[in-house]
Amino acid sequence: MSMDLDLKEGRSRPSLLSSFLTPRAAAASPAILTVLLIPGLVIVAAFFLIPLARVAVEVGNGPEGWGTYLLILTNARYLESLIQTLAMSAGVTMMALVLCAIVGLFLVRNRFAGRSILIGTLTLPLSFPGTVVGFMVIMLAGRQGVIGGLTDAAFGAKLVFAYDIAGLFIGYLYFSIPRVILAVMASAEKLDLQLEEAARSLGASRFRVICDVILPGLMPGLISSGAICFATAMGAFGTAFTLATDIDVLPMVIYTEFTRNANIPVAAALSIVLGLITWACLAAVRSFTGEGKSLPVRGGA
Amino acid sequence: MRRTGVFYAQLGLTILLCLFIVVPIVMSALAGVTVNVFQGLSSGLTLRWIFEVWDLYASSIFLSLWLAIACLFVTLIAGVPLAYVLVRKPGRATRLFEELLTLPVAIPGLALALALLITYGGVSGYRSSWLFILTGHVLFTLPFMVRSVAAVMSAMDMKTLEEGAASLGAGFWRRFFTVIVPNAKPGILAGALMVVTLSVGEFNLTWMLHTPLTKTLPVGLADAYASMRLEIGSAYTLIFFVLIMPLLIVMQLLANRGSKPARATAEDK
Repeated sequence: MSMDLDLKEGRSRPSLLSSFLTPRAAAASPAILTVLLIPGLVIVAAFFLIPLARVAVEVGNGPEGWGTYLLILTNARYLESLIQTLAMSAGVTMMALVLCAIVGLFLVRNRFAGRSILIGTLTLPLSFPGTVVGFMVIMLAGRQGVIGGLTDAAFGAKLVFAYDIAGLFIGYLYFSIPRVILAVMASAEKLDLQLEEAARSLGASRFRVICDVILPGLMPGLISSGAICFATAMGAFGTAFTLATDIDVLPMVIYTEFTRNANIPVAAALSIVLGLITWACLAAVRSFTGEGKSLPVRGGA
Repeated sequence: MRRTGVFYAQLGLTILLCLFIVVPIVMSALAGVTVNVFQGLSSGLTLRWIFEVWDLYASSIFLSLWLAIACLFVTLIAGVPLAYVLVRKPGRATRLFEELLTLPVAIPGLALALALLITYGGVSGYRSSWLFILTGHVLFTLPFMVRSVAAVMSAMDMKTLEEGAASLGAGFWRRFFTVIVPNAKPGILAGALMVVTLSVGEFNLTWMLHTPLTKTLPVGLADAYASMRLEIGSAYTLIFFVLIMPLLIVMQLLANRGSKPARATAEDK
């Protein structure tokens, strides 16, 4: 009976009979699902959505009104800080990608004694707070640092760069390497070795194989880890805070505006803009790599 | 495999990168047990700085551990059911919610802390208690717990398992606690380790949310770097490493065990 009804409607609606046969009880009732969702929903709504919305509106109540959001472009100091932060993050991301692509590919392709120790070491700083990373830079390039000691012994002059832009760069690189290397290794493991063999058998040089087969295959992994690296660098605060550099990265500017100048609307506006930049960057890449799953195939062809 | 010049060049770069990571860690660990850093190791080794750090900062270390446990508790209660719903009811609404949930990771901690301060800064009893910091930590770590648990849940055949249990007469809560949760254990364990390590090391949010009476380990570290002698900062860092390293190592072992079957099949090819 019910079969006939389904046929008439042209699509297979779950009939009364089949709904009895398949144990529907297995799916939790909507009421139970709601109960399961409640703790998470409350946390996200009360401590994230409402505060964020409130801050976004609060900015409009400041002396400059909604124009506060444009200050990052119109105020020379904020604009300079934004450009510096963007340049710094982009530079660190490029550097980390190049280093980690070489090293990650090497660690995936070769088996040798001590390999897992090397991998473990490279991913060690993954959950170091920014302050500790800053301290690591001081240990490397500070007044009592290793690099200073080495150059002192070799040339009689201490090389100290922990507190200027090079030190900050080194610090950002330090916390970027673990993030990028893990992603590069994950996508390097998925590379199809047969494609490389095919390219080589067709007479491609080592360089051509790298450019035309390996790099396109790694690209989705490089892009997504690059985005994570870039977003992390944009928002990094602890490292710059510990090094107390004179370079004003955006998070430091926000911090100073909030604590020292009590300029809450500006601090809020700047942090919302910064949040938008990092979120947009991650979201764009996610949708890009989501659609670009065919990239390795295309690259190999 | 033939080992060419390229192999050794790559190995060299890898080792260089490892040294870049490890040398400052070793340096700071040594500085933490050296009598006088400015004279070097020749001045002798001592545990004096470790004890001094303990006297100065023990409360901040305990607060961090307490926060990590509380944070784990909250993320377990909120995160595991959340992961279940996200996996079991895929759709536009759940995807939107997942996006929302991961936002606190995507935006800088400073921005998040500012929003919390502006909204709840006036609630004095809450603002000055450790619960305020816990709020920030939960927001930041919850997505990691949910992701980790959801990954395991979507890999297991939850529908069949649940239907099997249901056909034997198990009600929802019985199924949830005796079938779903035990099967999702690897994900829960990995998520729990992640939550604890992240919470113990969290600085960006905590620095904004803390008060002089609610200092956590990383806040104390920043304080020590800024205003104490190098040896104290180093000794404190050493304590932090000793706390965090076992967690990191177990996490890595778990990850290796999880990915081993996949790697083995890749090699068989």
